[in-house]
Amino acid sequence: MIAKTQTAFGRSFRRKAQRLPWWLSAAVALIGLLVLLPLAALIGIAAEGDAEIWPHLIANVLPASTIDTLALLAGIGIVAGSMGVTTAWLVTAHRFPGRSLLVWLLPLPLAVPTYITAYIYVEVFDSAGLVQMALREFMGWKSRTDYWFPEIRSLPGCILVMSAVLYPYIYIAARAMFLTQSASLLEVARTLGASRIKLFRIIALPLARPALAVGVSLALLEALNDIGASEYLGVRTLTVSVYNTWLNRGSLPGAAQIACVMLAFVIGLILIERYGRRDRRYAASAKRHRTVHPVPLLGVRGWVATLLCTMPVVLGFFLPTAFLLRETVRGSLFDQFNTDFLAHFLTTIGLSVLATCAILVLAVVLVSAARLAKTSLTRGALFVAGLGYAVPGTVLALGLMTPLVGIDNLIGTVWRSLTGERLGLLLMGAAGGIIIAYVIRFLSIATGSLSAGLDRVSPSLEDAARTLGASRREMIWAIQIPLMRPALASAALLIFVDCIKELPATLLLRPLNTETLSTLVYTYASRGRFEDGSLAALVIVLVGLLPVIQLVRSAEARPKVAESPSGSASGSTKPGIGADGADPLRRRPVTIEL
Amino acid sequence: MMVNFSFGRGLLFGAAVLGTLAGSSLSASAEEVLNIYTTREPGLIKPVLDEFTKETGIKVNTIFIANGLEERIRTEGQNSPADLIITVDIGRLAAAKDYGVTQPVKSEALEKVIPAAYRDPEGHWFGIALRGRVVYASKERVKQDKITYEELADPKWKGKVCIRSGQHLYNISLIAAMIAHKGEAKAEEWLKGVKANLAKKPSGGDREQAKDILAGVCDVAVGNTYYVSLMRNGNDAEQKKWGEAINVILPTFEGGGTHVNVSGLALAKNAPNKANAVKFMEYMVSDASQQIHAEANSEYPIKAGIKIHPTIASFGELKADNIPIAEIAKLRKKASELVDKAGFDQ
Repeated sequence: MIAKTQTAFGRSFRRKAQRLPWWLSAAVALIGLLVLLPLAALIGIAAEGDAEIWPHLIANVLPASTIDTLALLAGIGIVAGSMGVTTAWLVTAHRFPGRSLLVWLLPLPLAVPTYITAYIYVEVFDSAGLVQMALREFMGWKSRTDYWFPEIRSLPGCILVMSAVLYPYIYIAARAMFLTQSASLLEVARTLGASRIKLFRIIALPLARPALAVGVSLALLEALNDIGASEYLGVRTLTVSVYNTWLNRGSLPGAAQIACVMLAFVIGLILIERYGRRDRRYAASAKRHRTVHPVPLLGVRGWVATLLCTMPVVLGFFLPTAFLLRETVRGSLFDQFNTDFLAHFLTTIGLSVLATCAILVLAVVLVSAARLAKTSLTRGALFVAGLGYAVPGTVLALGLMTPLVGIDNLIGTVWRSLTGERLGLLLMGAAGGIIIAYVIRFLSIATGSLSAGLDRVSPSLEDAARTLGASRREMIWAIQIPLMRPALASAALLIFVDCIKELPATLLLRPLNTETLSTLVYTYASRGRFEDGSLAALVIVLVGLLPVIQLVRSAEARPKVAESPSGSASGSTKPGIGADGADPLRRRPVTIEL
Repeated sequence: MMVNFSFGRGLLFGAAVLGTLAGSSLSASAEEVLNIYTTREPGLIKPVLDEFTKETGIKVNTIFIANGLEERIRTEGQNSPADLIITVDIGRLAAAKDYGVTQPVKSEALEKVIPAAYRDPEGHWFGIALRGRVVYASKERVKQDKITYEELADPKWKGKVCIRSGQHLYNISLIAAMIAHKGEAKAEEWLKGVKANLAKKPSGGDREQAKDILAGVCDVAVGNTYYVSLMRNGNDAEQKKWGEAINVILPTFEGGGTHVNVSGLALAKNAPNKANAVKFMEYMVSDASQQIHAEANSEYPIKAGIKIHPTIASFGELKADNIPIAEIAKLRKKASELVDKAGFDQ
């Protein structure tokens, strides 16, 4: 009798857990629709045109630009991927000179925008750039034809430039993975006498696969989204074809058609990648692992490791920053620092902060709902949220304009019928459009980070709360949000940096008289005076640096805090997420899921 | 806890910024304003704008959008705050008209000053300044002082020509002009000839081509006139060297003149401050503003009798090509397709 009741209770309990309250379902659906909005508009634009552009494209454009695009993506995948994984493995599993400093430095290129790096690399390495001119003076060469020097305005140049600033996506994900996963496995392998190289090949690399997949796909989407750098460096990607069709042949529908095909391709890749990983579970169990014990690398080996880890930081951070500093000093650009500049600065920060807050709220809603009930609605919404990142900024902005203005006009018409006044455009006129664009574009960073964070927490916690009679609201506020907090922090920082760097959507959607730091840099560059924007570019890097440093600090410095007797500073000694004092990346996952 | 900013404080701050932005965009109706949508970096036209505000008391708001400006105005529709469109290149002006985001202006002041070839027959756009697309030639290595565009395809220049992407606006117009002169087949042949002469794959901007000449990568390059003045007269010592390394030859089409393009104005279709916009358009062809514009941007003034910037004047007398630029605009799509067909950028 008793047993029977319990089963019945259990069943009804489980059924109940699968259902979401209506308001949560509605919210989830609305968020999904928000992301779908620009995509639907894009498809709408594409449908306006006929297929007249395709014969020309297929005959003359697509073969070459598809090859260029694939070569670029493959190149970045290999170069940035190996940079990220190698450095992450070296600093995690080894000790060598400068390691503790490099742990701080390696993620820094995250703060440097790709297009700025492209301009800088041309200034430094181009035919009459700093390096070649110095070489000539030194060697007595007269002309470019007297010697061989790698061409920076080329496909390999583009791969180098992009990899130098995109590898941190892979580094961060891979390091988190190495830290949380491999200790016991590694030690077993070491005990069995595996060599270092073999350890890396047999244990570390396969374990890093999900991190690699996630990091590389983020980096590749960034590369595909880029137009400034690749065009400047003379690489004709498919994205450039979209622009040519749109601007030179006056066919927005045609451009939208190419964009749709590219998007379908990207979604296909994401799905294939997910399918490839369908049966594997990489998440940590609720049980605590010991952290990897770093093995010292002695002598030359140690210095080789130092060199390998220093190079990416120099390429992606020190070189660009040093150049910007040089230009700022050389052009005495500090004069630019006036009230206007301050206003642009505050606009940038304000927009980024608002967008970050909005994204976090929406992501918490989505992820909480998905945790409460894995329905097709929540799963679908989570997938859709991931698509925003796959849509290039300009395409997103073009797609967003129509619905935004539609809403604006609706408000305007109502206003006019009520007051007889002309209201103008509210969302477009007040930067609302920019924030919505940021939300759509970067939502996936938050949902990915939060899901990954929650996935590492045993469901038994929530089961316990449920058994104790917690309501859904209490579950969200008292259990899930506190559990997500570390992930929230790291997501917030990444999103903030991305918002500050964002250019194409900001450019297209901003109101009159409004500039952000990136549009400021862009305006100088489009005048052909990129160097004059050095101060703004430098400020972008510095502002982006603070969150990145915070990210590293919270990830790396945590054990010390936890070990301190009071432990109060960390405030994370709640059951289930703190207390072990092990490496914090486990509790602060910076893995980004698509 | 470790979150860098307090959530509430962040929201408050963000809201304050947004409020300020909203306030500035909505309160605009209180005073006389003019809203300019421009594809030109506003810094270039700032001297003229400041002067205009000083003279008329009309406050000028600007937004700079390089690509997508026409789409934005069209989408904004009836409620668009756009009064005036400022853009460069005939392609953009014609596109604005085709998109239906402009309206005609009837103004004697404009028609008197601007030659018919440099304005829309129906008054949808008006050119206010000209630039030539010319040949930069190495001072050291090129001795000739005359050249035709056709000659750029001559095998004697093999491995010696530099140019930015064939799909760039400026080159598309030049190629469209070549089609207008020679027909499509000949133009394609020419394009392939130029392609065969290239020292390197098209990339960079016009300044980079001058830089490549200095570096000895190539001997001749194609670029716009005003860049030379900006390089030579700017405050950047490195760019000065690029500018000084080249001579400018004003090339011509065989049986024609030098390819010029316009920077121009168009009145937005739903301009809320139409009177102010027209006032500005007429102001732009006044002696004073034409002079400021010519000096600040090193463009050829559209008005006869205005002094040309000394650097630009030093290139010699400009004999502009005779094909109306509105005709050239119609061939742009074809030109863009030819660039692909010739594999010019590959």
